[in-house]
Amino acid sequence: MLLYALKRLLGAIPTLLLVIVLAFLMVHAAPGGPFDDERVLPPDTREALEAAYNLDQPLHRQFITYLSGVVTGDLGPSYHYRDYSVGELIGNAFPVSLQLGAMAMLLAVVLGVAAGTFAALRRNTLLDRAVMGFAMTGISIPVFVIAPVLVLLLAVKLQWLPAGWSGSGGIGRLILPVVSLALPQIAYIARLTRASMIDVLASDFIRTARAQGLGMGAVVRYHALKPAMLPVLSYMGPAIAAILTGSVVVEEIFGIPGLGRSFVNGALNRDYTLVLGIVIFYAALIVLLNLVVDLLYGVIDPRIRRR
Amino acid sequence: MSKLRAFVYVILFAGAAFVVWQYQATEDIDEPETPVLHRGLPADPESVDPQKARSTQAGDVLRDIGEGLLSYAPGGELIPGAAESWSIADDGLTYTFVIRDNARWSNGDPVTAGDFAFSLRRLVDPATAAFYANSIAVIANAEAIVAGELSPDELGVEAVDDRTLTIRLEQPTPYLLALLTHPVTFPVHAGSIAMHGDEFTRPGNLLSNGAYTLDAWVPGSVLELSRNEYYWNNAATAIDEVRHHVLTQGVTELNRYRAGELHITSTVPPDNFAQVREEYGDELRVAPYLGIYYYGFNLTKPPFRDNPGLREALSMAIDREVLVEKIVGRGEAPAYSWVPPGVDNYEPRRLAFADMSQDERNARARRLLAEAGYGPDNPLEIELRYNTSDEHRRIALAVQAMWKDALGVETTLINEELQVLLANMREAEVTQVFRSSWIGDYNDAHTFLSIVESDNEANMPRYVNEEYDAMMDQAASQTNPQWRRVHLEEAERVFLADHAAIPLYFYVSKHLVNPGVQGWEDNVLDYHYSQHLSLAPVDATP
Repeated sequence: MLLYALKRLLGAIPTLLLVIVLAFLMVHAAPGGPFDDERVLPPDTREALEAAYNLDQPLHRQFITYLSGVVTGDLGPSYHYRDYSVGELIGNAFPVSLQLGAMAMLLAVVLGVAAGTFAALRRNTLLDRAVMGFAMTGISIPVFVIAPVLVLLLAVKLQWLPAGWSGSGGIGRLILPVVSLALPQIAYIARLTRASMIDVLASDFIRTARAQGLGMGAVVRYHALKPAMLPVLSYMGPAIAAILTGSVVVEEIFGIPGLGRSFVNGALNRDYTLVLGIVIFYAALIVLLNLVVDLLYGVIDPRIRRR
Repeated sequence: MSKLRAFVYVILFAGAAFVVWQYQATEDIDEPETPVLHRGLPADPESVDPQKARSTQAGDVLRDIGEGLLSYAPGGELIPGAAESWSIADDGLTYTFVIRDNARWSNGDPVTAGDFAFSLRRLVDPATAAFYANSIAVIANAEAIVAGELSPDELGVEAVDDRTLTIRLEQPTPYLLALLTHPVTFPVHAGSIAMHGDEFTRPGNLLSNGAYTLDAWVPGSVLELSRNEYYWNNAATAIDEVRHHVLTQGVTELNRYRAGELHITSTVPPDNFAQVREEYGDELRVAPYLGIYYYGFNLTKPPFRDNPGLREALSMAIDREVLVEKIVGRGEAPAYSWVPPGVDNYEPRRLAFADMSQDERNARARRLLAEAGYGPDNPLEIELRYNTSDEHRRIALAVQAMWKDALGVETTLINEELQVLLANMREAEVTQVFRSSWIGDYNDAHTFLSIVESDNEANMPRYVNEEYDAMMDQAASQTNPQWRRVHLEEAERVFLADHAAIPLYFYVSKHLVNPGVQGWEDNVLDYHYSQHLSLAPVDATP
C-alpha cells in the first residue's frame, strides 16, 4: 500500500512539471507586464521593479528560479500584492472557496434527491409538474442571473440576509452565495433522480417488494433509493466541476475573497506568480485527491487491494 | 469517473468543508457597539506600504492610516498635517518644515523629522522599487538616485533636529506642498522595518501616524481600521472604526448600499446611474474630478504623423455635448482643453473651435479633411482602439457614427483587454487612434501638462514639440506663481493647437453617501478622509 502510494506520487511529478512549464510559458506569453497601468512607469522605476522581481533575467533563468522555489514550497511573491506572498494569498482564499463549494454540493444533493424522489412518487400530478417546472427553470437560468435576483429580493428589498461577504460574520453571509451556486445543481439532480426513480419503481423487484406488503415509504427507502442514485453519483464529477467554475461568478457577485476571484483578478492584473501558483495548486490538489480516492477504494473494496 | 470514486469525492469534499466551517465559525465578529463607518473600495490596495503604493484605492486607505507633512481639509484646501508650519526661502528652493511636537506613531513614539527624511530617501532608493519614485524628482538629486547614480543619502532632505526638516529642490516648485500630501511621501517607522523586514506592513506590525491604524486586511474582502489613540488630533476624530470593503463590481457595491451595508460607495455603475439619481436624490454626490478622458493619435505613423489638419478635423467632428449628455450622462463636462477646470491658480486654454456651433465645426472639419486629401472618392479609413468596457464601447460607437455622418470617415473599432491596449500604445506600431485617460496626482496644471512633454513615458501620442518643451522648462524655472502660470497656460495653448489628442470629457466623482454621514464635502481631488466624517446618531447603523 505504502509502496503503491509512493509510486503514484512519483508518477505525478512529470505531470505537475508539465503543468508548471505550460502555465509558465502561457502566462509569460500574454501581452502586458505586471507593472503596466495607464500610468506608465519611468524607465528607471521599471528597471528597479523588474530587478526586484527577477523579471530582468532571461526567461529560462526566471523559470529555474521559480521552479526551485516551487520545489521548496515557495510560490514566490505576488506581483500585484506587494505585501503578500502567493502562498499566503492561496492559503487565505482556498478555505473560503472550499467551504462555499462543499456546502453548495451538499445542499444540491440533499434537496435535489428529495425533490426528484417526491416528483417520481407523484408522477404526472400537478405537484410533479410544479417540481419539474421549477427544475427546468433552475437549469435554464445561469448563475449570473439568479444571484443578482436573489440579492435584490432577499438582501435589498426584504433585508433578511446580507448582500455581501465582508462586514458580517457567521452563516448569514453564506446563504445567498451557496443557494445561488446550488440552485442549478438542485434542479439537475432533481430531474436525474426523478427519471431514474421512475425507472426503478417500474422494475420487477420493486413490484415483488410491494407484493410482499411493504409500504411505499419503506420500498423507496430500502430498495429503490440506492439503485436510483447511480446516475446521480455519476453526475457528481461534472457537478463538482460546475460548482468550482460557477463559484468564480458567485464570488465576484458577492465580493467573496475566494480562489476563483483571486484567479481572475490575478490574470487581469498580470500577477504571473499568483496565476501560476493557483494553477499549480489546483493541479497538485487534483493529483493528490485522485491518489486519496484510489487509496480509499482499496479500503472500501477489498478486490482492488488484492490486485 | 466511476460511481464509487465520485462518491468518495463528495465525502472528502464535504468533510473538508465541515472542518473549514468549524474553524471559520470561531472567527465571527460580534456586532460592534462603537460607531463604524463602512466605505466601498473599488479594488484591493496593492500595498499599504506608503512608498510602494500606487493606486487611488491604496491612497484612500493610506490617507486614513497615515499623514504627510501637509494634508487636505474636507473641501480640498491645503492644511498643515504632521508639520505645524513651514517657511520657504526667497529663492523658492529650500523649504523648512516644523514637525508637530505632539505628532505620534500608533505605538506612542514621536514622529520626527528623521522619519520623514528616512521615508523620502526610501522612496527614491532603487532597492525599494517604488512605483512613484519619480514623483519627487523635483527634490535635489532625486533623479540621479532613482537612476542608481547617487546614494539615497544624497537626497536633498535633512533632519536638522527632531522637529525640523529641510527639503532642497532642483528648481522652484510651487506644487511641492500639494505633493507632500500624497501618500508616497508619508513617513514609515524605521524601527519597525528593522524589526519586521518586509512584513512590517502586516496588520499588527504596521505602525501608522494617521488618525487610524490597520487592524486586519483580508485581501479581496475588507480592510479594518480603528482609531489611533496616539494621533495628535485624535480628539477631533469622531468615528472609532472604519471598514474599507473591497468591491470590484459596481453593481455589487450598489446592492450593498441599497441593503444598508455601506455608508459610502466608491462609485456608481454607469448602467444604473439614471435610476440611482431618481431613487436617491441628494444621497448621490457628483462633483468635478481632476481627470480627463481622451483619444490619442499615434503621431509616429501615417496617417496622423505631420498631419495636424487631419487630426483637427477628427477632433472637431465629435459632438462632445451629445457625448456627455446622451452617452456618458453622469454630469461630466465636455472637454475643450487639456487641463480640467477647477485646478488651483490656472485658467485652462480652450480649443480654437470651442465657441463654434457643431454645424460650423463639421463644415470646417470637412474642409480640413479635403485639404488632407480625403473625400468621398478617397475615404479615410482608421482604426480606433479601446480597452474592453461597456462604456468605452458606447463612446467609441458614438464617435464612429459622428465621424461617419460628418466626414464620411470609415472607423474600425477594435476592443482590447487593457494590458494589450497598453502594450500596443507603448509600442506605437499598430495604433492609430486609441482611448486613454489621465487622473491628476496633485492639484496643479503641471500634473496634466507634464505628461505630454517629449521625454515623458506617459506621452502616449508621442507628442514632440520643442516650443512646448521650452515653455514647460520656462514655467519650471519661475519662482513667481503668476509667471509660472502664464507659461503653463501658453504651453497648453501650443499643445491644443497641435491636436495631438482629442479631449473628450472631464471626469466627475460619483458617490452615494448615506444621509447619516456628516462632514462630507465634494472636492476636485475626491479625497474624503474618514477622520473628517462623523455619523449622525439617528442613522448610526446603516
